[in-house]
Amino acid sequence: MTAADLILASSRPRRGRRSLFNRVVIYGLLLIFAFIYLIPFVVMVLTSLKPLDEVTGGNMFALPHDLTFEPWIDAWGKARIGVSETTGIAAYFGNSIKMVVPAVIISTLLGALNGYVLSKWRFPGYKLVFGMMLFACFIPLQSVIIPMAVILGWFGEIGNTLTDLTGFSFGFGNPTVNLIFVHTVYGLGFTTLFFRNYYETFPNELVKAAQVEGASFFQIFRSIMLPSSTPIIIVTVIYQFTNIWNDFLFGSTFAAGDQSPMTVALNNLVNTSTGIVEYNVNMAAAIIAAAPTLLVYVVGGRYFVRGLLAGAVKG
Amino acid sequence: MTVSIAPIARKAVRQPRALRGALQGLLPKLVLAPSFLLVLIFVYGFNLWTLFLSFTNSRAFATTNLVGLLNYKKLWDWTFETDPPSNWYTALVNMALFGSLYLVFCLALGLLLAVLLDQKIRGEGILRPIYLYPLALSFIVTGTAWKLFLDPRIGLEKAVHDWGWTSFHFDWVVNPRMMIYCVAIAGIWQTSGFVMAMFLAGLRGVDGEIIKAAQIDGASTFATYRSIIIPIMRPVFFSAVIILTPMAIKSYDLVLSVTGKNPGGAAELPSTFMYSYTFSRNQMAIGSASAAIMLMTIAAIMVPYIYSEMRENVR
Repeated sequence: MTAADLILASSRPRRGRRSLFNRVVIYGLLLIFAFIYLIPFVVMVLTSLKPLDEVTGGNMFALPHDLTFEPWIDAWGKARIGVSETTGIAAYFGNSIKMVVPAVIISTLLGALNGYVLSKWRFPGYKLVFGMMLFACFIPLQSVIIPMAVILGWFGEIGNTLTDLTGFSFGFGNPTVNLIFVHTVYGLGFTTLFFRNYYETFPNELVKAAQVEGASFFQIFRSIMLPSSTPIIIVTVIYQFTNIWNDFLFGSTFAAGDQSPMTVALNNLVNTSTGIVEYNVNMAAAIIAAAPTLLVYVVGGRYFVRGLLAGAVKG
Repeated sequence: MTVSIAPIARKAVRQPRALRGALQGLLPKLVLAPSFLLVLIFVYGFNLWTLFLSFTNSRAFATTNLVGLLNYKKLWDWTFETDPPSNWYTALVNMALFGSLYLVFCLALGLLLAVLLDQKIRGEGILRPIYLYPLALSFIVTGTAWKLFLDPRIGLEKAVHDWGWTSFHFDWVVNPRMMIYCVAIAGIWQTSGFVMAMFLAGLRGVDGEIIKAAQIDGASTFATYRSIIIPIMRPVFFSAVIILTPMAIKSYDLVLSVTGKNPGGAAELPSTFMYSYTFSRNQMAIGSASAAIMLMTIAAIMVPYIYSEMRENVR
């Protein structure tokens, strides 16, 4: 113990009462804020477990009097989404899965390769290339959706021509394929940034030594880089999954009707103007829409935060 | 190190050398090229395309008839059209209101929570995820939750009435003049945890010796934070502003879900203005001009930031 520590230690008892008061204030504030952050979601859950008359007639903070799972069953299989048939959100949940899984895999894989090149195989002008890919992370998507709508329209025509010729569209014009493409393209900046920053901390000597021994570009990637990339792969996959699953702008612009992803279907369900508003069904649907990303957050919270910080602070 | 590389090298020498050498030199660029090309076309090319459209008279479909700065002139005139307010005027006023509230409250709450959590408290592992989980939700889910929570017929106002305070009045979410504040509340709820995580990471990086020294000098905890730790946090403030500003400008889904499809354009922001003019009002050129203004605003913030980051970090 140094002299300073001793002074500090001896001064502690004198501050006893004040520090107890401080502790109470600190814990009090933290708990109040925890309550504020939790309450909207708690109300959502409570509402989804009540019959409709209890929602419209009762207190939103009250526990369900007649506990029911009917809203959940309705939301999943029977609710009317917008003007379409009463299909429930199950099909839209499936649309989102079909979109998100390939988009995450492709963008992560490309990001890993790009990050590898931009950190270990530099060429003249790599700075400009990296800077341009970095800026791509921050552009407002509003400034690309009009051209994208035009291009995807062309893709649709190509698809029709191909269908006429061969009986198969090869994915051209398919809304899910379109969304996979769009999300992959606009996710590349982030995935590249994540992997580049991670590989930047890798010792260059390791790569040099492997090169001297005659290992090829892909061999080094596969046997040296990839085996120690697990953390950054998890971070990237979580980040991309959350972003793509939660997207609304692209989904609502480039997919329509029963091809829509989950977020668009939820918005249509909640903001429908026909009939009475079934708040309990809406809330059940919202929780179902949030479930995959919340699950990812609960399971991989540490990586979730790390991804956000990597995408933000280093960006 | 060499041990792990040897098997790769042995495999590698079996391939013919001359061809391999030439290919290996080109390979990194070949691997990066597709991604870079995608970004070049779909980010930079599309931004230029949108910029081009903003100089045309495109309506429902894209045309190539140039009309000079006419669309920008219209937006400029609308900026001062206050009686009755033009949609663009409303969008700009709301943007200023929403943007400043969002920034100030996210920073203040984020810093406060981070400082509180940094007081060596018990249960940090439970509290921190509670402040952060809204970030895993999509804006549509967040909006749906807050729309219910603030709905005077079934939400907060009704609950307070049930508890006996019958004169309590809170109808912001259905009051066109106050809707934008509800959007801000939902946005702050969603993002302040993220700012908390940024500050907490910063606080954990502060050298413990500095704090100890200040305490030995007799500084109170409050004084230590105000005059020593918070000034050290300046780069984190800066990063947070850099991240939050584009997020505020891009906000789109939150407006739709909190307000229920933005009735009468009451909670109009530049993002919703762009979308409705382009896709529902058949004024694509005006929509493009507003998108270009959004892009320029974000670029004015991000380009200098990325440039300085690259100069510091990329060797």
